[in-house]
Amino acid sequence: MRSKTWGDAVYSGVVYAFLIAVLLATFYPFWNVLILSVNSASDTIRGGIYFWPRELSFTSYREILTDNEILHSVGVTVARTLIGTPLTVLVISLLAYPLSNRELVLRKPVTLYFIFTMYFSGGLIPYYMILKGLNLIDSFWVFILPGLMNVFYMILIRTYIEGLPGELVESAKIDGANDLHIYFRIILPLTLPVLATIALFTAIGHWNAWFDSYVFTYNPDLKTLQAVLVKILNQYQTGSMVSDAQKMADSAKRLAVSSDTIRMAATMVATLPIVLVYPFLQRYFVKGMTLGAVKS
Amino acid sequence: MNTAANTAALRPKTTPKAGGKPGGIGRRLRQQKMLWLMILPAFVCTLLFSYGPLFGLYMAFINYQPGGPFLESFFKSEFVGLQWFEYFFTNGDFWIIMRNTLAQSLLSLLFGFPAPILLALAINEVKSGAFKKIFQTVSYLPHFISWVIAANIIITLLSSEGLVNKVLMLLHLTDEPIAFFQNGHYFWWIIASSNTWKDMGFNAIMYLAAIASINPELYEAAKVDGASRLRQMMHVTLPALKPTIVILLILAVGGVLNAGFDQQYLLQNDLVLQYSDVIDTYTYRYGLQNGMFSYASAVGLFKSVVAFILVLTVNRIAKKVNDQSLF
Repeated sequence: MRSKTWGDAVYSGVVYAFLIAVLLATFYPFWNVLILSVNSASDTIRGGIYFWPRELSFTSYREILTDNEILHSVGVTVARTLIGTPLTVLVISLLAYPLSNRELVLRKPVTLYFIFTMYFSGGLIPYYMILKGLNLIDSFWVFILPGLMNVFYMILIRTYIEGLPGELVESAKIDGANDLHIYFRIILPLTLPVLATIALFTAIGHWNAWFDSYVFTYNPDLKTLQAVLVKILNQYQTGSMVSDAQKMADSAKRLAVSSDTIRMAATMVATLPIVLVYPFLQRYFVKGMTLGAVKS
Repeated sequence: MNTAANTAALRPKTTPKAGGKPGGIGRRLRQQKMLWLMILPAFVCTLLFSYGPLFGLYMAFINYQPGGPFLESFFKSEFVGLQWFEYFFTNGDFWIIMRNTLAQSLLSLLFGFPAPILLALAINEVKSGAFKKIFQTVSYLPHFISWVIAANIIITLLSSEGLVNKVLMLLHLTDEPIAFFQNGHYFWWIIASSNTWKDMGFNAIMYLAAIASINPELYEAAKVDGASRLRQMMHVTLPALKPTIVILLILAVGGVLNAGFDQQYLLQNDLVLQYSDVIDTYTYRYGLQNGMFSYASAVGLFKSVVAFILVLTVNRIAKKVNDQSLF
């Protein structure tokens, strides 16, 4: 081992300083929301809370966890995640298997039929019209059906299948198994790692989706957590146009919780599942992303 | 990693046939009816939700009046040709929308493109596995949260009581808290830095993968030559990243019209609309909020066509560059 030179030491210092700065810039905003959400609302209004809660209080959490609108929206979000995720994974992987078969008649044009949709879309308004024509506006299924297909994920699974030993499929065919059998008995179990990755990505997508609920549904019973959070955010933004004096007066009236701490607590509730889930994804998506890049 | 390297060898093999084609297409289709059954669900979904809207683009060429049964009003509406496009290009909004879209995209690119490269280079210098792991886990987090959550966080940070104003005041860069969301001049910068904050950790993955594939002997050789770590980075790591950088930059330029929707929609308000409005938020506001369906469809179609041409062009360029860099 050579001893470190002075230049290398400076270089290391700069590198670590940069990384720690990035780490703080990434982490602090979440910390900020967390401490604001657990600080008493009447105290938060005085400002100056940056690193530590001053008056610990979980009132805002109690408030939102007993709020019917928020509880119901969590239910809708969980429902769409639990129903949408397996269906999406099934539809995509059912497609990936035939498209990985080099002997499929019309394989090229069929593949192109799907790939084309990655590059050209009709835009929001015609899309809305189609949803309307299919009676999906203001229906729970607007959360599920349009998301069943995803070309990028299909390519990931197809690439994965193409990497499996072909002999397995061949010998099953000789034993007289049909393609559906082969898919469920051989392909599905073997592709589980990539399917799990895609399932987690899809689940996160469902959890995070707000636009479909916010725009394509009117029924308050169909609002997802993120859509309710958008509503809270909008109220806050309209509120911030009001003068500070007005705000003080408003908050004096409602000492226990201000809309601001509620907003922070709701943000934390929406973030928490993501924080719990994505670190487990890490080793998969790194592989998946680079694999997809190689192919496309 | 057997997946990338030798896929060809492992693919289900075609048994060599004398005449090339095993029977007629009809017979093969019948043999493959199970496969077609498996394609069907995805085929129908794509037909309805991806190709359906393409037929709906007819909307851009008629004067659609909402109200009444949907299909009826659709087919009974007057055909107006390119009138909506003409209106878009001449009413003055076009320039504002394009300016905002391009400014936000390019500013985001200016910050957001080099950031993951720097990050990957820096992570590569870290020897401690634990630090590396913690760093990467934390730096991916913003990518996985929704823009709704991100907007909530960003608005809090930039509020008059937020940390950003606090720091600016401590540094005496401003005497009064800056009202970031009441003056349009800040908006482009807010979007660019938000985009960078949200995705730089995640986007570093591509570069880290490229770095991982560098032959360690190159570093050994550089060390023997007495190269410092800075020089190793400059002369070994960076050149190895060049192909990835070039390809990703070309592809990023192809997406300039996709300045986003979520971040603008969630962070904007009426006071900053002149600077925040991009093509997608404009389409949304005119189409779904103001009910000008045909006009908004035309604007959307304009964007789709230009974006399509851009993507095809940059893909072709990327392919060429890729081929060249191989030799």
